[in-house]
Amino acid sequence: MAVSEDRVVRGIGHSVKRFEDGRFIRGRGNYVDDIVLPRMLHLEFLRSPLAHARIRSIDTSAAEAVPGVVAVVTGELLAQHSLAWMPTLSGDTQAVLATDKVRFQGQEVAAVIAESAYVAKDATELIDVDYEPLPPVTSPQQALAEGAPVIRDDKEGKDSNHIYSWEAGDAAATEQAFAEADQVVELETFYPRCHPAPLECCGCVADVDPATGKATIYMTSQAPHAHRTLFALVAGLPEHKIRIVSPDIGGGFGNKVPIYPGYVVATAASLLLGQPVKWIEDRTGNLISTGFARDYHMRGELAVKDGRMTGLRVNMLSDNGAFFADAQPTRCKAGLFHIVTGSYDIPAAHVQTEGAYTNKAPGGVAYRCSFRVTEASYLIERLVQTAAYELGEDPVEFRRRNFVRPDQFPYKSATGFTYDSGDYEGALDLALEKLGYADLRREQAEARERGELIGIGVATFTEVVGAGHGAEYDIAGLRMNDGAELRIHPTGKAVLKLSVKSQGQGHETTFAQIVAEELGLQPEDVEVQEGDTDHTPYGLGTYASRSTPVSGAATSMVARKIRKKAQKIAAHLLEASEDDLEWSSGRFSVKGAPEKSTTIQDIAFAAYTNIPEGMEGGLEGVHYYDPPNMTYPFGAYAVVVEIDRGTGQWKVRKVVAVDDCGVRINPMIVEGQIMGGLTEGFAIAAMELIDFDEDGNCIGANLMDYLIPTSWETPAFDLGMTETPSPHHPLGAKGVGESATVGAPAAFVNAVVDALAHAGVRNLEMPVTPDKVWVALQEAGLGG
Amino acid sequence: MRRISVTVNGERHEAEVEPRQLLVYFLREELGLTGTVVGCDTSSCGSCTVLLGGESVKSCTLLAVQADGADITTIEGLARDGELHPVQQAFHEEHGLQCGFCTPGMVLATVSLLAESPSPSDGEIRLALEGNLCRCTGYQNIVKAVKAAAV
Repeated sequence: MAVSEDRVVRGIGHSVKRFEDGRFIRGRGNYVDDIVLPRMLHLEFLRSPLAHARIRSIDTSAAEAVPGVVAVVTGELLAQHSLAWMPTLSGDTQAVLATDKVRFQGQEVAAVIAESAYVAKDATELIDVDYEPLPPVTSPQQALAEGAPVIRDDKEGKDSNHIYSWEAGDAAATEQAFAEADQVVELETFYPRCHPAPLECCGCVADVDPATGKATIYMTSQAPHAHRTLFALVAGLPEHKIRIVSPDIGGGFGNKVPIYPGYVVATAASLLLGQPVKWIEDRTGNLISTGFARDYHMRGELAVKDGRMTGLRVNMLSDNGAFFADAQPTRCKAGLFHIVTGSYDIPAAHVQTEGAYTNKAPGGVAYRCSFRVTEASYLIERLVQTAAYELGEDPVEFRRRNFVRPDQFPYKSATGFTYDSGDYEGALDLALEKLGYADLRREQAEARERGELIGIGVATFTEVVGAGHGAEYDIAGLRMNDGAELRIHPTGKAVLKLSVKSQGQGHETTFAQIVAEELGLQPEDVEVQEGDTDHTPYGLGTYASRSTPVSGAATSMVARKIRKKAQKIAAHLLEASEDDLEWSSGRFSVKGAPEKSTTIQDIAFAAYTNIPEGMEGGLEGVHYYDPPNMTYPFGAYAVVVEIDRGTGQWKVRKVVAVDDCGVRINPMIVEGQIMGGLTEGFAIAAMELIDFDEDGNCIGANLMDYLIPTSWETPAFDLGMTETPSPHHPLGAKGVGESATVGAPAAFVNAVVDALAHAGVRNLEMPVTPDKVWVALQEAGLGG
Repeated sequence: MRRISVTVNGERHEAEVEPRQLLVYFLREELGLTGTVVGCDTSSCGSCTVLLGGESVKSCTLLAVQADGADITTIEGLARDGELHPVQQAFHEEHGLQCGFCTPGMVLATVSLLAESPSPSDGEIRLALEGNLCRCTGYQNIVKAVKAAAV
């Protein structure tokens, strides 16, 4: 083998152009709806038009008579196979197809299996369901009121709509802090229901082979391995006879974490009919029945003494919909919401949470957020801003005085988190400098003199991501660990197999760069494979910004194992002692004799051709990583808005976003993630809303009503960075996918409120639409 | 069934179609051109954008029979002799895509824009592409890609 020439290995810190782009820009992606199998049938759901009703009868005869219809599946039929109900990710049960009652508008009532999607759709309209309407429950307050209709009367002994009470922190210490406070500031706010709405809806092609019994399910899954195990537990299929294949995924943002009835019914139908069955959700189905986000009613109180935050008391009431199907670690009923002390050194805190059933869609997922950290971050960043106004202080200075200081890390928060590292003031200083904060405050004051309204909003957030330490964090009992398997072929090319699954995050590039960094291969010499459970190691998947913190760490660790073996082979090749070798950029050389060296490519070839006596052949390994702690990315965002006093419209003049996600592997991809997250944060602050009328009709059931920002509304972003490595991650990386969606909503809302704060306005509820601003302007006497 | 004749990516196709079949499903299911995708069903997202006579249209909003006699370009027809179209290349260079689902429509809408306006400003680009939603990128790198392709 020729010795490789010296060259720069494009590992960590290089903005390598993405390898996955090639197929996408040519229209050669392979999304689930692109999969066509011989004799494939199509599934279409009939969904409930009512939010709450008893099913008296279902007549499917007219639908069955339509030419091309193969079968009509009802809950009753599924019940015969014990499949009418399935477990959720929160330990509750969820109807696959309704049997006794419908519990939200859009719930799956029956499924038509037909030779074409058009025929299936036609036939659903011929299914006759006789409903007895029941009073709908459309808010958690209504749900917990005396005499409210019991939604989950399927659950034995259930006589209320209460799901859980869960608390964190120290109530007594918090009471004490409030008793001793100079001032107490309150904020009651609602983080409304929104939806991740990836551009590709959910779907699957289920193919149960009647000859072998093997079920291959191509599906839009962010967590294929966890889904395989859950399928085995739900359907009773032997796990080795289930293969989940997650093909290219057109965005996920949390929406593709839960198991939906479509996957289950398609698989059951394929099993019963002996043919592949495809289910592709339409947009309305996606918005009205799959995992929503937020819907948290929050009340925060902050105790302040001598300008310091001394206590935080939070009460939260969650609207979980008709089934408790939130995706979150088992012991955390409200996810990681108790991270609510944020970036601030608050010695005492108490968080009390309650969850309630309502007649709305289930599946509270964390829309680009790590298990409810977004709601927590929004509350504390809004509350801190409110407190600053009440104290008559600049919101930036109030934050600065109360930050957790760099010398306090690792920092144990009052609600039990151990923050790994941070420099909050450093990020804030950079953001303010980029913004020109002092000048802007002067400009704001001058503008007010002229009757013009400018607002400056800041958010200095801390996230908690990278779940997680397996002993503390699990989903449905499965420890939140992830794997990486690496094989180096004889010619020095590598295949890396991962348990996580990209939905656009660029894993094929980023993870190849980690191998490049560790082994000195060029990233293009590493093929990254994901999504196929028969051919990748076990792990819990991609969400909660956990791919780089967990599978990225596993990749480093497995590469280091391989390097250890490579060192033994190098010693053999160089006829030197292992201890006399040193490693740099893809080669081992003899200490003090650099001309005696061998490259990783030569070593790979030797692993299959010339190994020392007694050594096992090959050069490959697998590692399952159990993070010792979560990672805590943070940032400082600043937004400037201008308000039209006549219409209440607000226009974004500038957005500065400084992020610290530890070490950045591919800075281009990291910045892409941040800009995407900022846009979704802006969307939630400005326009996205899944609302319901008093009858439980979903408003926001298509992209004409559920507003996603276009290029026209979306502001431009000015990005900055600081770098505080995670001390416990092998590369110092922290994860970044969700930071911007966590930090941005409060920054935007704080900006709009700031424009009106001098007139006493303290709160505006999201989405901050012009009509809400207009009303606030009138009430504050600022109307144009 | 109705008989139609369309030219897609330079190739002529004669087909029998159901009068109600949408053009996007004709392209995907009859011709196997799966680069054109469906994102919303309501003409809101632009994922299904193709060029019809050189102009961008949403193929979920046209019936296949309405395209009878038309000359259509899909994403698969944009690269020539293995060479990427400058707009495709620019999206790659500027990191103008992430999950890739909106990309074919976004690229074709850009091709149509640049045919009408060869060197648009940021504002003109943002306005011209407002019919195409992207959930991943935040648009900034798409705007950069369009400018790069325009030069």
